Amino acid sequence: MSVEIEEKAAAIRDRRHPEPRHEPLVFELSGVGKVGYSLPPLDVPETVAIAPALLRAEIAGETEISEVEVARHFTRLSKLNFSIDEALYPLGSCTMKHNPRVNEEVARLPGFAAAHPLAPEEVSQGALELAWRLEKILAELTGLARVTLQPAAGAQGELAGILMVRAALAKEGNPRTTVLIPDSAHGTNPASAHFAGYKVRELKSNARGTLDLHVLEEAMTENVAALMLTVPNTLGIFENQILEIARIVHAKGGYLYCDGANFNSFVGIAKPGAMGIDVMHMNLHKTFSTPHGGGGPGAGPAAVAERLVPFLPRPTIERRAEGTFFLDHDRPESIGRLRTFLGNFGMFVRALAYISSYGNRIGEVARGAVLNANYIRAGLAGVYHLKYDAPTMHEVVFSDKNQTASGVHAMDIGKRLMDYGFHPPTISFPLIVHGALMIEPTETESKPGLDAFVAAMREIARECEEEPQIVKTAPHTTPVRRVDEVGAARNLVLRWKPGS
Amino acid sequence: MKFLPTSDADRSEMLRAIGVSSVEDLFASIPSEVRQPPNLPPPLSEIEVRRLLGSLAARNANARESAFFLGAGIYNHYVSAIADQMLYRAEWLTSYTPYQPEVSQGTLQSIFEFQTHICLLTGLDVANASLYEGASAVVEALLMASRLCRGRTRAVLSAGIHPEYRETVRTYFSSLGFTSVEVPVGMDGRTDEKALAAAVDDDTFAVAIQSPNFYGVVEDWQIGSRAAHGKGALSVAVVAEAVSMALLAPPGDRGADIACGEAQSLGVPMHLGGPVLGFLACRAEHERQIPGRLVGQTRDAEGRRAFCLTLSTREQHIRRERATSNICTNQGLMALTSNIHCSLLGKRGLREVALQSHAKAEHLKAEIAKIPGWRIPLSTPTFNEFVVEAPEPAAPLLSRLARWGILAGVPLSRWEPDSGNRFLVAATEMNTREEMDRLVGALKAGGRGDHEVPHPDLS
Repeated sequence: MSVEIEEKAAAIRDRRHPEPRHEPLVFELSGVGKVGYSLPPLDVPETVAIAPALLRAEIAGETEISEVEVARHFTRLSKLNFSIDEALYPLGSCTMKHNPRVNEEVARLPGFAAAHPLAPEEVSQGALELAWRLEKILAELTGLARVTLQPAAGAQGELAGILMVRAALAKEGNPRTTVLIPDSAHGTNPASAHFAGYKVRELKSNARGTLDLHVLEEAMTENVAALMLTVPNTLGIFENQILEIARIVHAKGGYLYCDGANFNSFVGIAKPGAMGIDVMHMNLHKTFSTPHGGGGPGAGPAAVAERLVPFLPRPTIERRAEGTFFLDHDRPESIGRLRTFLGNFGMFVRALAYISSYGNRIGEVARGAVLNANYIRAGLAGVYHLKYDAPTMHEVVFSDKNQTASGVHAMDIGKRLMDYGFHPPTISFPLIVHGALMIEPTETESKPGLDAFVAAMREIARECEEEPQIVKTAPHTTPVRRVDEVGAARNLVLRWKPGS
Repeated sequence: MKFLPTSDADRSEMLRAIGVSSVEDLFASIPSEVRQPPNLPPPLSEIEVRRLLGSLAARNANARESAFFLGAGIYNHYVSAIADQMLYRAEWLTSYTPYQPEVSQGTLQSIFEFQTHICLLTGLDVANASLYEGASAVVEALLMASRLCRGRTRAVLSAGIHPEYRETVRTYFSSLGFTSVEVPVGMDGRTDEKALAAAVDDDTFAVAIQSPNFYGVVEDWQIGSRAAHGKGALSVAVVAEAVSMALLAPPGDRGADIACGEAQSLGVPMHLGGPVLGFLACRAEHERQIPGRLVGQTRDAEGRRAFCLTLSTREQHIRRERATSNICTNQGLMALTSNIHCSLLGKRGLREVALQSHAKAEHLKAEIAKIPGWRIPLSTPTFNEFVVEAPEPAAPLLSRLARWGILAGVPLSRWEPDSGNRFLVAATEMNTREEMDRLVGALKAGGRGDHEVPHPDLS
């Protein structure tokens, strides 16, 4: 790095964070005899009625630390994280939108947070009704017959969906062998199809960035169980021939699976069921704003058309004629269970609160998301390369093609954005755009926020031409500088060890 | 709409910049025949949202307002106020998977610490960043074992493993060409060691047992390890009550190759069973086959200690159909709260919680055994949960007790129709002697008597 750029970088760093921040591991803060908890005295006789051979010694290496130090440790650690509440977090495909706090509050009510999944049905009616109501609302929004709330995350929702397709086909006599997946799909789709026992055939997208009907027609045989289609796809482009696609798939007796991770771009505007989609998962942590929590918990309900209803995971939630709710375990054609209990119930509470806040105006979510993505597209067109110019829905995928001549790559641009106070977009995905910068602003970003982001991206484009070194060595202002990820994989250190 | 920050004036300017006249124009690629507004009620204000959700919550019996003895995989343990309050910080709540380590060191370091707690508790070398919950953790452990014993197709499971875990295994195995063979537990509630060994053959990739098992009985991990290792299979230790690991011999010390299961008891509220916290740990020699997210320690460009996600080339967003698992997210926020909880309790607190839970369960077991007509059918040692046999069908009895404000247990008839009179009772450090006395009194009365605390749906 030139002296001049080094000085400039140091100046940026000094302005934001006077010195690099480092927080010891909680184990390194431990001190013999310190205590961070209090329990009442034991009010029954002390006893250990288990053979000594089956008991352990003390947990060597575990902490001894006070509550004060724990509070400081986790507060300091938190400050090393970027979050939505700080600024635009345009991680494409992840839908990083504002998380309403009333949802957090209601999810912590004792009747939800301190309730048990196996309490008698008579004293769990509120929980069952909540899940039943959420199912009905998601069925209405998707235009499909029923919904399972059980899947713990989107990928498990995908697996549930494909397993239901498999069960339906198997009942007709032949589960078939293959699932078709466009090259613009989420990486989870092929993995889910594989875990459901299918071979995957990838379909090449056309020049518009959507599925080519001729390619589909050629591939769609009676060995194909389903087409897994992301709508809109990972380029943020809506499959405008969706009705023809459904016709082709159905004509051969296959099922149309919709990866609904991007449902936030058309929720309340159009119904997947009306498009001929047979099964679709949704991510409550995307479209319905349950918090991402540093990587989970998610929830991935799957909605199905009438003909897949018998195969829904067990149990289903039903309402009796007199109005009470119950769990129906007696579902002989069910694919079975995907996990314990009802699913991530705490996420159902938040999602119901969120949808209730919008009610019949839920389409505003999609309108805002699509407006914001198109505004960013307009602001950066010509500066960054846009491989596919079909209409943008909720996210826009640029690439680093205009910048690579200066030796700058998408990853560098992403890292440099951190210095301007933004989280990077999704980098290098989708795979069909080399050097992708996948930008999803969501509907909860204001115009001034979008303007600042566009200005930062334009400034970085200028830097790429005039002083690329500062981009290539970014970030300069973060708690740590660029992290050696290759070294981490080569020399695996996956835990702290006592005495280390 | 209070979550939407765009003013009408902003919108007009934005449409002008985009070059369209209305927002509807941006939806032109959606065929008009499928566009349809939803039939939903009008938006609710925050006050109304609180009212709606509050009224649903009020109808669920819960551990704060009941004498509470439910378990069967979800337990009511102490969680410090700070473990939940910390989750409200936006930096934890509203961030995502730490793909960009330079702005995610908080989450990454916390996961690294969580991985360490799980290693210390299980006695194994490596733990992942968490999994969805117990049942899918067991599935992931078995699939990991199948990759390490490539070509083999069978898993041998103790019938003492939680029935919902076993059912989940069957779901996942059905399409992968694997089979699970279940070995019954004996009359004493323990897995039959001879039957277990006899069930293992050269086509078996894993032998899995649970301890404490579904009936609360403490098993010896070594019976699984001996059966597995004799045939070159992996030994999988399943834990549904993670607090037990602070008192019982850890799986890694008694031959288990993989430990997995549910860590909800380590700082996560019950949440009606989700979100909870799956975990998985293994020996160092198998670390490259571990499923799920992993955080590793490394350096930044200036040589400082830093953390990042590692071995992500195993994962589906890169490996697609060749990925080691189809799991994407971990349970980030739950792993965080568990890290805080384990750090606060630490060496002594984790053990004290385990000891208190065990002592209270032992006391309760002895008191119930004294009631005429009631039995403790399994004589083998248990940790904090045990089977009770009532002189009458359990499910209606437990419903009656719920009217007294006593959630006395989980009927086994949900999974075992022949066990109509039997139910599981769990105790933890949260139960007071007075609550236990109330339970014993109510059992003596057969759940018939004054309705002390009528539930709103039953009054």
